[in-house]
Amino acid sequence: MSVLDSKIPAGPLEKKWEKHKFESKLINPANKRKYEVIIVGSGLAGASAAASLAELGFKVKCFCYQDSPRRAHSIAAQGGINAAKNYQNDGDSVFRLFYDTIKGGDFRAREANVYRLAEISANIIDQCVAQGVPFAREYGGLLANRSFGGAQVSRTFYARGQTGQQLLLGAYSSLNRQIALGNVEMFPRTEMLDLVIVDGHAKGIVTRDMVTGAVQTYAADCVVLASGGYGNVFYLSTNAKGCNVTATYRAHKKGAFFANPCYTQIHPTCIPVSGDYQSKLTLMSESLRNDGRVWAPKNKGEKRPPQQIPEAERDYFLERKYPSFGNLAPRDISSRSAKQVCDEGRGVGESGLGVYLDFEESIKRLGENTVRERYGNLFEIYEQITGDDAYKTPMRIFPAVHYTMGGLWVDYDLMSNVPGLFVLGEANFSDHGANRLGASALMQGLADGYFVIPSTIGNYLTHQLGKRPSVDHPEFKKAEADVRARTSRLLGIKGRRTVDSFHRELGLLMWDLCGMARSEKSLQRALSRIPSLREEFWQNVNVTGGNEELNQSLEKAGRVADFLEFGELMCLDALERKESCGGHFREEFQTPDGEALRNDQEFAHVAAWEYTGPNSKPVRHTEDLQFENVHLATRSYK
Amino acid sequence: MNLKLKVWRQKNAQSEGKIVDYEAQNIPADASFLEMLDILNEQLQAKGEEPVVFDHDCREGICGACSLTINGIAHGPSATTTCQLYMRHFKDGQTIFIEPFRARAFPVVRDLMVNRSALDRIQRAGGFITARVGSAQDANSILVPKKDADRAMEAAACIQCGACVASCPNASAMLFVGAKVTHFASLPQGQPERQQRVLQMVRKMDEEGFGNCSNHYECEAVCPANIPISVIGQLNRDYPAALVKDSVV
Repeated sequence: MSVLDSKIPAGPLEKKWEKHKFESKLINPANKRKYEVIIVGSGLAGASAAASLAELGFKVKCFCYQDSPRRAHSIAAQGGINAAKNYQNDGDSVFRLFYDTIKGGDFRAREANVYRLAEISANIIDQCVAQGVPFAREYGGLLANRSFGGAQVSRTFYARGQTGQQLLLGAYSSLNRQIALGNVEMFPRTEMLDLVIVDGHAKGIVTRDMVTGAVQTYAADCVVLASGGYGNVFYLSTNAKGCNVTATYRAHKKGAFFANPCYTQIHPTCIPVSGDYQSKLTLMSESLRNDGRVWAPKNKGEKRPPQQIPEAERDYFLERKYPSFGNLAPRDISSRSAKQVCDEGRGVGESGLGVYLDFEESIKRLGENTVRERYGNLFEIYEQITGDDAYKTPMRIFPAVHYTMGGLWVDYDLMSNVPGLFVLGEANFSDHGANRLGASALMQGLADGYFVIPSTIGNYLTHQLGKRPSVDHPEFKKAEADVRARTSRLLGIKGRRTVDSFHRELGLLMWDLCGMARSEKSLQRALSRIPSLREEFWQNVNVTGGNEELNQSLEKAGRVADFLEFGELMCLDALERKESCGGHFREEFQTPDGEALRNDQEFAHVAAWEYTGPNSKPVRHTEDLQFENVHLATRSYK
Repeated sequence: MNLKLKVWRQKNAQSEGKIVDYEAQNIPADASFLEMLDILNEQLQAKGEEPVVFDHDCREGICGACSLTINGIAHGPSATTTCQLYMRHFKDGQTIFIEPFRARAFPVVRDLMVNRSALDRIQRAGGFITARVGSAQDANSILVPKKDADRAMEAAACIQCGACVASCPNASAMLFVGAKVTHFASLPQGQPERQQRVLQMVRKMDEEGFGNCSNHYECEAVCPANIPISVIGQLNRDYPAALVKDSVV
């Protein structure tokens, strides 16, 4: 039997969550205030969890590395949030959202978790509207919807191209209210550097104050990680510069299993790279594919500007290959198609790594004003970055690392295999399988924080009253000493290369060898090169400044050191998953027409990795995925 | 291109700062302003010097972390955030002054990084709608005319960067507070706490040491989120109305 017990409640799919909520342990109001909860991260998942748990009466400490919780990277999500409201009467339902998400995830997610997500989705919209989130409206005052990649119904709610911003500000305002009431203590500019385990339970964290450099420990009755994804292992991604794997990877080294790290989402519509000085990639929301048509020239090495290429010489390759979904094909499929076109030498722009996203037809059909109303701010961003006016010339786009479906393994209660360690949002692995659909990340983050954790946390806490250790416990002292020793080691190397130069080198390596397409050969190469790069880092990095001060070089060094270990785990996971599914495309496993070829016989499971010590191969555990309500089928968007 | 930089360096909040000269060489025109500073920092670190500290995160103009006063203008010459400012807006050989956002309520943390937590505290004082989790009614049972929803969204787009404060001769935060007040005041959900909200936020704003608006409009000119000056008008209408009603009760 697997060591991984997902604790999925028995009973029919549509009754599981209701039944589980009823069976979950309640804590009496007088006792709630005796519990302390640490939350790491203040994005949609972290802020909504902090606000909701505090509202219930728990004492919450919330930590974020930004100067304000409102700057967490959820703020950058553009397109929207899905919900099975069926306000458009176009045939949507909880089951359809569930089905689309399972299928979109290429049948590598848990049915029960995904169904719960679809069920809760409608409550999220209610909650956000009550908070004053200014979603787009129709003239009659009803909420507006739009369609999004991977779906044939209009179930996406949006606030211009700034949905993530507005949802986060909603959660942030609830969080602020609880801070003002004294129920949440907020620690901005504070980074978690280790997890403290006491008698096998997660009971605290070690942090560094990023202004003074002070290393501190905090104890609690449980720890909730909502620290986001690991996309920055690629150096260039659509993540914010500060996004990192440190909180989850440190927890992994303390015993939490890391699930499916090879599942990374490459978003099809980003602004292409323009030079080696580039520090990040900018996403152009997927919503643009509602009205933009993706194409590349039919001829290799085409040098004419796009307007001069006649219609007959254009290849609208998504519409050609996937006639029923067309430009709205899911992200993994759209990204791979763009890569294929560029590999064939038909890419556009100076680097040849780009395809067109063209609004000419929509502008003719809808008028420039309507297009401006829908996407104005995105067109502005595009012009600021590239200097091109997308109302007049097509955008150039190319896939970029955007989201990571893998994360710490959690059960149905969102608790990891380490008792007392809960993981929410992008930091966990649970709901998106091998590929996330557009507008589902916001849905998951808020579902986890507003609705799931408040119901499930009691199942753990009820047995923990009075068991909170003091920070004088030897485990706290040891974890603190380890953090100090590591910091001193980083500062003491005084080598010749900057931290960023290592990060860039790792990122390029990961992109080339473990990016949009992987093979046994490329992964073996990566696995042989990462350890030597890591070794060089620990001998030759130059971290300037000291510990007892604000030191951005030191902050980065700690994160890059973790990426240098984590990258190896990703490649190992990609190597062992001998199939293609969703965002994980192994060149050896594809259909004759280049589509991902799953192997359900051997790989319809979650792979969760156990850390076994430095220089020791991690152990791969599996959790079988049962599909009782949907048929395992080959995904087709044709 | 090559540039002459005059950068504010300050060890911490307690110490005195000064302008230090640097040469930034071989900067591509397609690099962003922050990427130009990245290049400078790589060069400084290669020489064993400490990099210039500045706030930044998303680098796509939405998180509001980046700041910088560039040649005397908050966020520099284009009406965007600093991260969305590209070097093609500068000329080869140009001298660029780079300073932190200056305001009494924004103490310098180090170099170009300032502490803008006063803006968080203003919102804590009342910048929210009390809505308990789990008890909300169906979203479409609250109808909001499109005009009102658009007005709320326009104000809610504020990214809390603080450029409005840094550009104002009075270091006033009224564009920021006005945006919050207008966002909630435009929506039916925001009505029950409307008076209390504006009174508490304005009180906190004054306490934190921000000045008053005297109609310079500098804030609107530099705002990267295009918050219109009319939100200050809304604040100026709501505040006295709330004061009167408050004193009657």
